[in-house]
Amino acid sequence: MTDTAETTDKAVIIVHSGDLDKIYSALIVGNGALAMGMDVSMYFTFWGLQRLKKGGLEKGPLSKMHMLGLGKWMINKRMKAANVASLEKLMNDYKELGGKILACEMTMEIMGVKAEELRTEWIDEYGAVGTYVNEARDAKITLFI
Amino acid sequence: MTDIEIDTRGETCPVPLVECRKALKKASEGDEVTILGTHPASKKEIPMACKALGLEIIGVEEKDEEWKIKIRR
Repeated sequence: MTDTAETTDKAVIIVHSGDLDKIYSALIVGNGALAMGMDVSMYFTFWGLQRLKKGGLEKGPLSKMHMLGLGKWMINKRMKAANVASLEKLMNDYKELGGKILACEMTMEIMGVKAEELRTEWIDEYGAVGTYVNEARDAKITLFI
Repeated sequence: MTDIEIDTRGETCPVPLVECRKALKKASEGDEVTILGTHPASKKEIPMACKALGLEIIGVEEKDEEWKIKIRR
C-alpha cells in the first residue's frame, strides 16, 4: 500500500530460539506489526536459523513441557482445534506483506549450515551483527526471542 | 470501484488482521473491503490497524458472535 499516511515505523526481531512456540511468537508479532503498517525485519540466528532449513520450520521442540515430544503433540492438537495458522502460512503471509528475513552468516559458519540447505526464497539478506544493528538503529520495537 | 469481501470466520490471531492487511494491500484506492469474522480481539484491532494506516472505517455490524467491518481503501 502506498498511502501517504502510512508510517514507516519499524520493528526488528532477533529470532535466536528455534523452539516451536517462540517461532510462533516471533512470526505472530512480525505479521501483526506488518498488518499495523510497520516495516519489519526478522534476524534469524543460532537455533532460530535452523528453522529456516528446508523442512525445518515446524521441527523445533517446545520451550517448556516438551516431555519428549508428548507436550508438543498435545499443543499441536490444541492449536489445530483452535484453528491456529501453521508456521508455513504465517511465514508466507509475512513475506507477502513485505516482511524481511535476514540470515546470520556467523551461525551458518559455526553450525556448518550451507545456503543451499536453507529456504533461500524467504531470505532477503545474509549478514552479521552490523546488519542487525543497522536495521535496529531506527526501530521503534526491538525484540530478542 | 470494487467491493472486496473476506471471510475470516473461525480464524484466530493473527489471521483476521493479516488477511485484512493483505486485502487492503491488493485493493485500489476507493475500493471497499469488508472483513467478516468471529475472533473477538480482531474486532478491536482491525480498527486500530486502519487508524495506523490512515484508512476510514465506513461501517461495523455485529450479530451474535459475528462481526463485519467495512473499510474504504
